[in-house]
Amino acid sequence: MASTDNNGGARGRAPFPPWILTTVRTIGSIVVTMLGLMFITFIIGRVMPIDPVLAIVGEQATKATYDAAYQQLGLDRPILVQFFYYVWDVLHGDFGDSLLNARPVVDDIKRVFPATLELATLGVFMGIVLGVPLGVIAAVKRGSWIDQIARVIALVGYSMPIFWLGLMGLLVFYGILGWVGGPGRVGIFYVDVVPSVTGMILIDSMLDGNWEVFKDAFSHIILPASLLGYYSLAYISRMTRSFMLEQMSAEYIVTARVKGMSEAAVIWRHAFKNIRVQLITVIALSYANLLEGSVLTEIIFSWPGIGQYITTALLSADMNAVLGGTVVVGLVFVLLNIFSDLLYKVFDPRAK
Amino acid sequence: MNRFNRLLMGTAIGLAVSVTSIAAFAETPGNMLVIANRIDDITTLDPAESFEFAGSDVSRNIYGKLVNFDPLNLEAGYGPDLAESWTVSEDGKTITFTMRDGVKFHSGNPVRAEDAAFSLRRAVILNKTPSFILTQFGFTADNANDTIKVDGNTVSITTDKRYATSFVLNCLTSTIGGIVDKETVMANEADGDMGNTWLKTNSAGSGAYSLVSWKPNESVTLKSNADFYQGAPSMERVVVQHVQESATQRLMLERGDIDVARNLNPEDISGARGGAGIAIDDELRGRLMYISLNQKHPELSKPKVRQAIKYLVDYEGMQNSFLKGQYVIHQNFLPATYLGAVDENPFSLNIEKAKALLAEAGATGMELEVGVREAQERVEITQSLQNIWAQAGIKLNITVGTAKQILGRYRARELDVYMGAWGPDYPDPHTNAGTFAYNPVNTDEAKATGLLAWRNAWDTGGLTAKVDAAVIEGDRDVRAKMYQDIQSEFRDISPFAVMFQKIEQTGRSEAVQNLNLGGAITAVSYWPVTK
Repeated sequence: MASTDNNGGARGRAPFPPWILTTVRTIGSIVVTMLGLMFITFIIGRVMPIDPVLAIVGEQATKATYDAAYQQLGLDRPILVQFFYYVWDVLHGDFGDSLLNARPVVDDIKRVFPATLELATLGVFMGIVLGVPLGVIAAVKRGSWIDQIARVIALVGYSMPIFWLGLMGLLVFYGILGWVGGPGRVGIFYVDVVPSVTGMILIDSMLDGNWEVFKDAFSHIILPASLLGYYSLAYISRMTRSFMLEQMSAEYIVTARVKGMSEAAVIWRHAFKNIRVQLITVIALSYANLLEGSVLTEIIFSWPGIGQYITTALLSADMNAVLGGTVVVGLVFVLLNIFSDLLYKVFDPRAK
Repeated sequence: MNRFNRLLMGTAIGLAVSVTSIAAFAETPGNMLVIANRIDDITTLDPAESFEFAGSDVSRNIYGKLVNFDPLNLEAGYGPDLAESWTVSEDGKTITFTMRDGVKFHSGNPVRAEDAAFSLRRAVILNKTPSFILTQFGFTADNANDTIKVDGNTVSITTDKRYATSFVLNCLTSTIGGIVDKETVMANEADGDMGNTWLKTNSAGSGAYSLVSWKPNESVTLKSNADFYQGAPSMERVVVQHVQESATQRLMLERGDIDVARNLNPEDISGARGGAGIAIDDELRGRLMYISLNQKHPELSKPKVRQAIKYLVDYEGMQNSFLKGQYVIHQNFLPATYLGAVDENPFSLNIEKAKALLAEAGATGMELEVGVREAQERVEITQSLQNIWAQAGIKLNITVGTAKQILGRYRARELDVYMGAWGPDYPDPHTNAGTFAYNPVNTDEAKATGLLAWRNAWDTGGLTAKVDAAVIEGDRDVRAKMYQDIQSEFRDISPFAVMFQKIEQTGRSEAVQNLNLGGAITAVSYWPVTK
């Protein structure tokens, strides 16, 4: 009996503290997700009808040159064996060398990802700062002229091709008015002036105390960031409006008003507080989309970010670069997801 | 961006500009040349390995060669560069170069015969993609020390058999002929790579410029060599910025933030033309567009059918519509400006004549498959052919695919018709003669996939021997005449309809003078540029 009691007591206690289980579960889900992503991308890369060997040796190469490059890339080995070696290398921080420029893919990603991170962060910041209040006001003043304007802004944001808006923005604000810097991250006179610490020029120039470079970099980033911010704003404001409308018709809002609370308190302290969790999902998704790299924006503004990097690599059949880029983007999605989950727990007591 | 979108953009910007005006707000400094170009094809800057357009542009300005083209007089052909003179042995197999005195590398090391020999041997031993330009003369990793020798201030190269001197020297003007600083390169050797890894992203030359940085898909920055033996370049810094989009390049040019825009599409060219302070240059490049007929096909192998097809191309129509400003009619396998090039274009669209020829050959009701890669201009050309050929009773089924799919079938001699492009590998007529008109063994087993004539199963008959003869002819003028004759015969009998030669249109600030893009035979030269 005693032993039974002991066993029963053991069943009543979890073998590990909950935070360890949560951590293990989270890491497990990251590993499975990343392995799945790598496997699918890897297989697609091997079966798609583009030829990485041809990309290297050129279409006029002899068969001997072609065969030598084919073997050098390890393409003569079974696909699963190739995948195993790839995962092994990735675990050691090695994404391989770019098939085309022969540089380590990790180095390339260190160069292009901060460019996208800087642009996307500023973009989503604008989207939040403008989009959330706009959505709230549109919901509160439903049917008013502000609501109509918010609707038009969102509609235009959804329907206008980004390359068109980008080029028009360049034409007007750079070409005609001269208010902003042109394409590229920084003017040619400021290239490599500040040492690269984070890879984000705004931050690096601040760290260096070089405000001339900061000013120039800001004038270059503001237009593409505004463009991305606008698309982000369109999405965030519509979703905020929709969430708020749902809350504003709830009984507890009527109760709060009946109790004589000020309208501002009703909106911000009650209704808005309850949409924060949903809003986090919307913002995280929006941010993740921007971090994938907005290819057309990067092309138009000659912004050397990860979207353009992956696209160029794909068109050049540089599969190591495509895989490396995809893994990083995948990781960003997973990490943002985890971050959103953590925020849920902060804002929503039920999730704790 | 597709054609419609480009048109939309061109129109939108054109309209906007017509009601406003883009003043040149900024201006690049007088000692700096800023260029917008697509440089995403650069994979390496090692001259022994570099084989792409944008890479050749960089290399030409960094590395001197034994012989080189004068950018201000390309028509003159090769001339002395780091070698001030050369002699040819009686058997025609050995060329001995005497090095120019007093030339220094960017490192300060003197340029010696030893460096020249090292550079050529290194290119042979490394055996990278463009190495065939040298190894076709019989140089191998094993014999490089015996065939490329140094004697005091001279370096000599001995080929495996007699070749036309002009052939050998033209090949030495290629990127792979760049002379590197042996001491600097070998100081950066890793794992016996003869400095290849280091030289991919660094420079060790003696040319007008040295490399400051290359950031893939971002920029290339060069700084001038004040000790350049031809005199310090006027442009002290050259920045080539990667700008993918044509409309963006145009805006930057009109705004004065760049001096040269190298990838303007036809809509932006016509929009920018006539703009204040902007000039548009047209320059012929080496790329050719052609169609070819598989000679395994019983009908296509008939001489009159081959002739008829050449009358079933709307050369003028395409040149003046969707290829306007980008391609010019050219019906010979040597691009204009090559040694031996001719400008005779005897064929024009003549459906009635083609029908008569087809009827004489007894070829009626043909149904053919044409393979084309998924590039816009190629597909458009193929659609034009489909339309015209239908009028002559030929049903053309278009197969569009990736390079791997289409080239794979072309190399396997499976396509009836191939619509493609060809760019010369080096600035000598043999580069194209040796593939269009040369096919010593026409069997499937020969697998000479590098030869266009073989890919089309065409036994070139007497032309193969004539190409062999031309490549060893010592007299440059006689050699040029031989290629002219070969092309004349080729035009009449071959299963190839060469149609167009590429034009590169460049927008530049009027202040920029003496910018030469290299025509069809070489790459851009920055050192003569002034502003």
